[in-house]
Amino acid sequence: MNDDHGEGRDPRLERVRAWLSQARFFAEEIYSARYRGAVARARRDEDDLFMLLVFSDMMGVPNPAAYYTLELQPLLLERFHDWHKRMGMERSPLEHFRCC
Amino acid sequence: MSAIVLLILGLGGMAAGYWVYSRFIATKIYRLDPDFKTPAHEYEDGVDFVPTNRFVLWGHHFTSVAGAAPIVGPAIAVIWGWLPAFLWVVLGTVFFAGIHDSGAIWASVRNKAKSVGALTGDVVGGRARSLFMIVIFLVLLMVNAVFAVVIAGLMMNFSSAVVPVWGAILVALIIGQLIYRRVLSLPVVSILGVIALYALIFIGPSVPIQMPAEVGGLSGNAVWILILFAYAAIASMLPVWVLLQPRDYINGLQLFIGLIVLYGAILFLNPTVVAPMINGDLPAGTPSMLPLLFVTIACGAISGFHGLVSSGTTSKQLNREPDARFVGYFGAVGEGMLALAAILAATAGFASFADWQAVYTAFGAGGVNAFVEGGAFMIHNGLGLPEATAATLLTVMAALFAGTTMDTGLRLQRYIFQEWGEIYQQKWMTRNVPATLLAVGSCLLLAFGAGGAGGTGGMIIWPLFGTTNQLLAGLTLLVVTVMLVRLRRPMWYTLAPLCFLLVMTIAALLIQLRTFFNEGNYFLLFLDFVVLIAAILVAMECASALKRSRAEVARQG
Repeated sequence: MNDDHGEGRDPRLERVRAWLSQARFFAEEIYSARYRGAVARARRDEDDLFMLLVFSDMMGVPNPAAYYTLELQPLLLERFHDWHKRMGMERSPLEHFRCC
Repeated sequence: MSAIVLLILGLGGMAAGYWVYSRFIATKIYRLDPDFKTPAHEYEDGVDFVPTNRFVLWGHHFTSVAGAAPIVGPAIAVIWGWLPAFLWVVLGTVFFAGIHDSGAIWASVRNKAKSVGALTGDVVGGRARSLFMIVIFLVLLMVNAVFAVVIAGLMMNFSSAVVPVWGAILVALIIGQLIYRRVLSLPVVSILGVIALYALIFIGPSVPIQMPAEVGGLSGNAVWILILFAYAAIASMLPVWVLLQPRDYINGLQLFIGLIVLYGAILFLNPTVVAPMINGDLPAGTPSMLPLLFVTIACGAISGFHGLVSSGTTSKQLNREPDARFVGYFGAVGEGMLALAAILAATAGFASFADWQAVYTAFGAGGVNAFVEGGAFMIHNGLGLPEATAATLLTVMAALFAGTTMDTGLRLQRYIFQEWGEIYQQKWMTRNVPATLLAVGSCLLLAFGAGGAGGTGGMIIWPLFGTTNQLLAGLTLLVVTVMLVRLRRPMWYTLAPLCFLLVMTIAALLIQLRTFFNEGNYFLLFLDFVVLIAAILVAMECASALKRSRAEVARQG
């Protein structure tokens, strides 16, 4: 018996399982490979909007949910630099908060 | 003539092309290098640039390039007899399409995976790039108009397919959600999706929906065209994962099932090819075969559209450079197989020559309907499926392909309008809705403007669509040839197909120019003239670019 698969397992079952996981890999690749870029861009657009909501208060746009979004700011800080560059601002738009 | 003999000859020819000719091209001309670092590795980002398994990539490439066009073109062209269409599909796949598709991938991979459009600018020049954009726009315009007319015709003639064709959209929407929300694993969803689609196909014949011949002063055909464009406009504005991605996936599965069913039916039935080898009794008004055959069958023999796929997405995902041969060349072989199946269905799927002749009463009359009827006859007699179900199956196959192409085509056209909006600083044009409306409007103008209120314009412009598609292929071949000249490698393997295409395209345009003038169809006369100018400019661009690069090479000694 193959040690990797432990004692008492049916090798045929293992083969079927391996085959199924292969089928799953191919199916997922076939499904997603061509649209990976488009989906990632759509996702980034949504994330960008979310960034704007979270940081809007700091840029002088009143945000009624500031109490909640303030908590999220440290979590999103890592993405802040990429975001303002992508939005066409060479430097950080926040006076008291400079990332570059 | 037995259809099996023709099938074996065709498949054998394409297989020999793959094993012998493509190996020669890959090793001696393109010199694909297993050690070359492809853009998928060099710029790997997990999004656009992802090294992908070559079988997966082939699956993508094949399903992206194979659509309704390799069915419609050959099914129209068999009016000249089966031999010319058969030869052009087999030889075209081996000597034209295969090297064009793999060449486009190679050229793009060697240039940071840039698209053929951008490459034309870099390798040939800025003027050629603008020309490329115009030709692409014309191709998209025609493809959308033509396919709307094709689907509308199918909906009118095969009312049993209406429910499954529109039901398939619902199936796609549901499986898209199931996958996106990770409710079920993909293999399970795939099996459920296929079962749902085929269940719809089986119930289709019992719930036919027939559009009345006239609705509020418009013909039934015209109403379908309007509905189709309304659908395509909405579909093209949805995020890709909602509809396009699952639809494409089901279409891919369906393509393989359809091909297996068709080829299986031919093998079980061994029908006789009832159409003549060369049709000596052509219906009145059929144009001369010599240039027109080569533009009537574009996809299936060589198609410029493939270059866009090859250089747009495929080249960014190529794992090893030698995979370009398998993905590109074998992708073209796959499309050739579809075209071959269409030829066999449209020539051997009839009980007698008289039956065949009754369908091919005029140029463009056979087309996709002949494919559906012939294919259904073969599936019914070969595999025992009821004829109505078989016809529904093939109609759904053709209509879904055409529908997905319309969705993608309108999307691309919208991007072009948006780009123009940015270049000419028209802010309104950069928005989604106005740009989509402009795209739809231009296609509708063509679908109705070319053939009157009946909306039959699409089939008249079919050969014109072929010419534009061939021009696009010509531009891609030009890029590859110029690259070969600069690398001091033999250029004849790409230059000969390029010259052949340009000569046939320009000849076909001139002949059609006279036809449109005689018919007094000034709208198409104008369009033909525009394409003709583009063709002449492409030819001149080819001559000057080759002269320039040869002089460059000579100067370097």
